[in-house]
Amino acid sequence: MRLVREEDLDDLARGAAVLGTGGGGNPYIGKLLAQQAIRERGPVTLVAAEEVPDDALVVQSAMMGAPTVMVEKLPAGDEVVRAFEMLQSYLGRRITHTTSGEAGGLNSTIPFVVAARMGIPLVDADGMGRAFPELQMLIPTLDGISCTPMALADEKGNTLILNTIDNHWTERLARSATVDMGCTAMIALYAMTGRQVKESMVLGTLSLGQELGRVIREARDAHRDAIAAVTERLRGRRIFKGRVTGVRRRTEAGFARGSTELEGVEEFAGSRLVVQFQNEHLVAIRDGRVVASVPDLIVLLDSESAEPVTTEEIRYGFRITAVAAPCDPRWRTPGGLALVGPRYFGYDFDYRPVEELNP
Amino acid sequence: MRIGIDVGGTNTDAVLMDGRRVLAEHKTPTTPDVTAGIVAALEGLHGRAGFRVEDVSGVMIGTTHFTNAVVERRRLTPTAAVRLGLPATAALPPMTDWPADLSRALGEHVFLCHGGFEFDGRRIAPLDEDEIRRVAERIGALGIRSVAISSVFSPVNAEMETRAAEIVTETLPGVAVSLSHQIGRVGLLERENATILNACLHELAGHITDALEAAVRGAGIEAPLYISQNDGTLMSVDYCRRYPVATFTSGPTNSMRGAAFLSGETDCVVVDVGGTTTDVGALVHGFPREASLAIQVGGVRTNFRMPDVLSVGLGGGSLVERSQGRLEIGPRSVGYRITEQALIFGGDALTATDLAVAAGLAEIGDPGRVRGLDRDLVEAGVSLIQERLAELVDRVKTSAEPLPVVIVGGGSLLVKEGLAGASRVVKPDHFAVANAIGAAIAQVGGETDRIFSLAELPRERALEAAQREAVDKAVAAGADPDSVQVVDVEEVPLAYLPSNAVRIRVKAVGDLRLGVADAARA
Repeated sequence: MRLVREEDLDDLARGAAVLGTGGGGNPYIGKLLAQQAIRERGPVTLVAAEEVPDDALVVQSAMMGAPTVMVEKLPAGDEVVRAFEMLQSYLGRRITHTTSGEAGGLNSTIPFVVAARMGIPLVDADGMGRAFPELQMLIPTLDGISCTPMALADEKGNTLILNTIDNHWTERLARSATVDMGCTAMIALYAMTGRQVKESMVLGTLSLGQELGRVIREARDAHRDAIAAVTERLRGRRIFKGRVTGVRRRTEAGFARGSTELEGVEEFAGSRLVVQFQNEHLVAIRDGRVVASVPDLIVLLDSESAEPVTTEEIRYGFRITAVAAPCDPRWRTPGGLALVGPRYFGYDFDYRPVEELNP
Repeated sequence: MRIGIDVGGTNTDAVLMDGRRVLAEHKTPTTPDVTAGIVAALEGLHGRAGFRVEDVSGVMIGTTHFTNAVVERRRLTPTAAVRLGLPATAALPPMTDWPADLSRALGEHVFLCHGGFEFDGRRIAPLDEDEIRRVAERIGALGIRSVAISSVFSPVNAEMETRAAEIVTETLPGVAVSLSHQIGRVGLLERENATILNACLHELAGHITDALEAAVRGAGIEAPLYISQNDGTLMSVDYCRRYPVATFTSGPTNSMRGAAFLSGETDCVVVDVGGTTTDVGALVHGFPREASLAIQVGGVRTNFRMPDVLSVGLGGGSLVERSQGRLEIGPRSVGYRITEQALIFGGDALTATDLAVAAGLAEIGDPGRVRGLDRDLVEAGVSLIQERLAELVDRVKTSAEPLPVVIVGGGSLLVKEGLAGASRVVKPDHFAVANAIGAAIAQVGGETDRIFSLAELPRERALEAAQREAVDKAVAAGADPDSVQVVDVEEVPLAYLPSNAVRIRVKAVGDLRLGVADAARA
């Protein structure tokens, strides 16, 4: 157990955005919202999963929708707490803890808003070890855990409770509602026991995010190679260095979809990299060859500062270094790949681990 | 021939150029009275080169007035920030995450109103005209003279911002209005920040542009007057009056481009040592390297395209002080008073320039006045300056390889040969006025901003067409076709329009065809 304070959020939002692989929401907005809540209500208690009682009631809090929309239509402020309270009253039991569904600049920081405002501890974990675009893409789904009942709230005051037959249906229905709400909604979902959290979540993700943020900051301050430091911590590979020559981006079916094209420099001079995304980076193709794909992490970093660059921020002329890193091993099982492998996203190729593609 | 003038915090530099040739240069302290400073600069040039005013085809001015006003929180117009977005956006109201002293300097007048658009063109809430009118009346009652209006998704649909501006102007004739869709891109907080900064510079922009025009016209020069923008291109005085925020960081852009021009280096680090500060940036393939991520101006986050420049409080006028046994040079500086207050000029302040003269790096003023300085102090001071500059050079470089370092600016004499991390140190001719040269050789840009239907034209062809149009416009505006580069491409899908509509904005920039443009204008 430890306290997380306002000043810790800089590192956390930055490092979580690395794990967000282009998505997971805008780290700047996430940081501001969490800092504001902590400033008003005091520091947040972050607990490790092993400290959570087996019979605890843990609920994830998150933002759903397109990050491209969130940078324009900022939240009203009370959405995420309204969703949380609505789910609590529907469950008829006090929710004892909140946690994070996915790692990302916004979705690692939004749970701090809930923890601060509700006065409950936050469990140091997430459901993916990275960010994915759809609600069912969590390891708990592999273990048969339902994400409903789920609550959604928008900035206009609408709230909604969903009960579904499986997590794919939750995604479908919640996505339609989110599009109608204007492509952003705050959600509370995946009610789990403390025991389920220990077994089915990726543990320590929030601390890992904070650590990655600190690694970048410290390396940069000491004039060391911050990108190398991040790559090493993630056991990843540098797959490209170049300059953005085009960004194609549309808000479509409730997601930010598109691709970023880069022209190589230095040892990658003459090469081209295309990174396709659906909120998060899905596939990286270098000179026509796949060099990394979901569920492995594809991270784009600013070549000078090593700041992670999200899909809604990236634009023409940015100088980028691309790093690919292995995902949680549970994603590499047949069940995991069926849920989040390249074929699920419509690609006609089988997953190969990033270590094999880039020996 | 053209005149380039750089009005810095310490000095006003001026050059007279004919094509690529520098005919005369002049350096004079910046005066509190803008007109007098420009008049002195023009007279100085005239005294050296005796040009005829009819032969001047353009006057290009770079000014740091607006950046400095924000940084120093001085001469800012009290401003109201009006955002159309309720019930959304209330969590992070305008001026969130601003330095407290800056928002206080603007009066902290923030108004959240209903309105704004969804991503697909629906209204978040209808614009409530009565609400805007009430806000306008309140603004009037508070005596606020400038208003910044932002609205959710205004780069996609500017209708509500425009209508709100009409209501404000009807209610409060004479009050200035800045609209976010005319200033920035998608990303509400950054666009709104730039709009508020623009609004708070409104009155200063009026004074400065009037003064610049008065000075140039007063000297009998009838040629067009241009102001440098942050991306190295020029704007008209009228445009500057409305969008002073577009001048931010034009100073470093000008000095880097001037350094590239003077030294002929294309890949190097540029160190511009001024009177109070030193700016360090990098040239890559002859262009200032741009900062990728959000840029802070006076502590405020914006998303302008700007050169990636590090700035520290160390310059020729920096005060040399000892506190608790430690030697400190800057950030305190005598600024433009160096010519009265430095030891070598008869004053009693020990400055970085005095140390350089005592160490034999330069011969200016009266070296006799620093001959008695403690040798240890001089040596320690000069090496501290070199260490700090070397550290800046190191921070700007992206690899450990030594790079050429080009030194420009009035304080260049502080730099010794053999700076750590430099493959060589280049001090080009006219180094002291690189800024003004950068202004004189400013680039010209061409911009397209059009809506394409991707149902009719494939995306690649639409992008090509937009880029070609921007390049053609840059060439038509006087850019050398070989130097034109596309520097920005932005696609904004317009989901509310049928047939896959997308707004494509492209900016192309090139070097002014030297000589040719003069001839064309003459």
